[in-house]
Amino acid sequence: MDELLREYLPIIIFLGLAIGIGLVLILAAAIIAVSNPDPEKVSAYECGFNAFDDARMKFDVRFYLVAILFIIFDLEIAFLFPWAVAFADISMIGFWSMIVFLGVLTIGFAYEWKKGALEWV
Amino acid sequence: MVEFFTTTNLGIVLLIIGQCLLVLVPLLVALAFLMYADRKVWAAVQMRRGPNVVGPFGLLQSFADFLKYIVKEIVVPAGADKFVFFLAPMITFVMAVIAWVVIPWNDGWVIADLNVAILYVMAVSSLEVYGVIMGGWASNSKYPFLGSLRSAAQMISYEVSLGLIIIGIIISTGSLNFGDIVAAQDGSFGIFSWYWLPHFPMMFLFFISALAETNRPPFDLPEAESELVAGYQVEYSSTPFLLFMIGELMAVVLMCALVSLLFLGGWLSPIPGLPDGILWLIGKMLFAFFIFAMIKAITPRYRYDQLMRLGWKVFLPMSLFWVVLVSFLAKFELFGGAYARWAVGG
Amino acid sequence: MTPIVIAFYLFAVSTITGGLMTVVSRNPVHSVLWLILSFLSSAGLFVLLGAEFVAMLLIIVYVGAVAVLFLFVVMMLDVDFAELKAEMTRYMPLALLIGVVILMQFALAFGAWDYSDGAADRIASPAGEIHNTKALGLLIYDKYIMLFQLSGLILLVAMIGAIVLTLRHRTDIKRQDIVGQMMRDPAKQMELKDVKPGQGL
Repeated sequence: MDELLREYLPIIIFLGLAIGIGLVLILAAAIIAVSNPDPEKVSAYECGFNAFDDARMKFDVRFYLVAILFIIFDLEIAFLFPWAVAFADISMIGFWSMIVFLGVLTIGFAYEWKKGALEWV
Repeated sequence: MVEFFTTTNLGIVLLIIGQCLLVLVPLLVALAFLMYADRKVWAAVQMRRGPNVVGPFGLLQSFADFLKYIVKEIVVPAGADKFVFFLAPMITFVMAVIAWVVIPWNDGWVIADLNVAILYVMAVSSLEVYGVIMGGWASNSKYPFLGSLRSAAQMISYEVSLGLIIIGIIISTGSLNFGDIVAAQDGSFGIFSWYWLPHFPMMFLFFISALAETNRPPFDLPEAESELVAGYQVEYSSTPFLLFMIGELMAVVLMCALVSLLFLGGWLSPIPGLPDGILWLIGKMLFAFFIFAMIKAITPRYRYDQLMRLGWKVFLPMSLFWVVLVSFLAKFELFGGAYARWAVGG
Repeated sequence: MTPIVIAFYLFAVSTITGGLMTVVSRNPVHSVLWLILSFLSSAGLFVLLGAEFVAMLLIIVYVGAVAVLFLFVVMMLDVDFAELKAEMTRYMPLALLIGVVILMQFALAFGAWDYSDGAADRIASPAGEIHNTKALGLLIYDKYIMLFQLSGLILLVAMIGAIVLTLRHRTDIKRQDIVGQMMRDPAKQMELKDVKPGQGL
């Protein structure tokens, strides 16, 4: 059997088992337990009032900003991984080029901080 | 017989299924007792008795809870997106479970020996955020929606510092494989050869980030009962709720395993001379879990803006600085090569 | 058919299905979920090529970060999607044109393209002593240093752009000054006065 397949087949099988267990649990409750919905029971839970409007409302743009900043830092980490793995054999140029890269992003980070983008309120 | 399991395709598949069950079943049973232990620790700190009715010392409490979940009605809120509503707990559960496939239990005892094992764990745990977002969105109710937004922003914020801390470890080891990382911590000083000593501040940062990543107290804001009732889980009942619970606890135990493997030497024995083995790893994981449980019991909840400040203004700069520091220490092999272990391990 | 070929077709079909459903799906949140399926299947395709590192990165960056952003956007923007769908018919001719151009390019690639002799060997995964994450690490920071630094600058621009576009600093609220709080000296902050009864201050 192919070596690659031998490495990744367990993941597929494990995934299958996990999905199986999850489905069995949900189906077990669906079959065994009673199902007796009435309008009061299935209405959205909200302090005893009926819901005034749709729950999927607009929300603060700050969540969006956090997500963008996360992407940028995630990419930075993505660049760091091969560098860290090859660290022992990397040349001096490679070492310093990453330090410069981190320096550039630290400038961006300092800018964020200064602008108050990291303050939640 | 042995040949059948190592050469034929069917044999290999059966072998892998056996290995998976060997990990999965004890893990799920252990989880039931960990849930009990968590509650007992919490109760003991508050000078209560905790669960003590079902079975001797209440040991079977989790199993009774399990049966109760199964016979409860599944309530699907009106206006919910049915498919996504059931997909969300499945994702939380499945993602928490499948990360275990690359976790080694002893030297070579691993189901899938990937070269990129750590990346795989990071990838899987970055998917966990979907269970939360989808659960909150599909319920079509306000508390879950707010809880899921909060939780998503919190989880992605702390993922950055988790990633940077892991980079520091990888610089020292030069490999993404857990076996190599543990091997690099093997030294003649036993417990003092492990990474907790050279990467001392990062172990704490990792631990606290793990708390935030798994929505554990004091960072359990998505389900802050005093503000959001139970966050994204409000509308869930019965086994879908159980899947959320199992998934969350499984993620906590996974973080315990990561702390043990990355910082506490995995299956290595703390005293040179004693045999290494799986019992050491389990012991370390239990110790880490005990700390998790104690933190839950003794710390007050953070406020959301304080949480975000801690993640972005304290942990991120600290871990970034640490990566640069470690890279210099490793490049110039300072401190007797304590940060440059690739020659030893990888 | 070997298992690898079967796996390839499975992943390929689910990638394309995911992509198609992303466009066709009525609910924008469902669209993003289909997009995630598409990303995951392409990660599977990368694994089949032996590019494990790229596969994992695809999941971490695209599924774990970019798709979260997409979800935030479609959940946040209160756009009337029915109206948006109606507008789709207006742009249909242009979209079809682009589709036809891409199809023609594929046809060219299949029909008239000549691979060099060594290409087939290079497609095979770089098995052997050096793992592809490390191979990548030895190349990009050294040989492709220009591109690497440029990507750093692009990230910087993205960071600044995101802040300039989205940040609205509110001035009408009180903020907590945590460092200031921690630096307070209790001895100087309060003063004890011995008030005589019946006299006041």
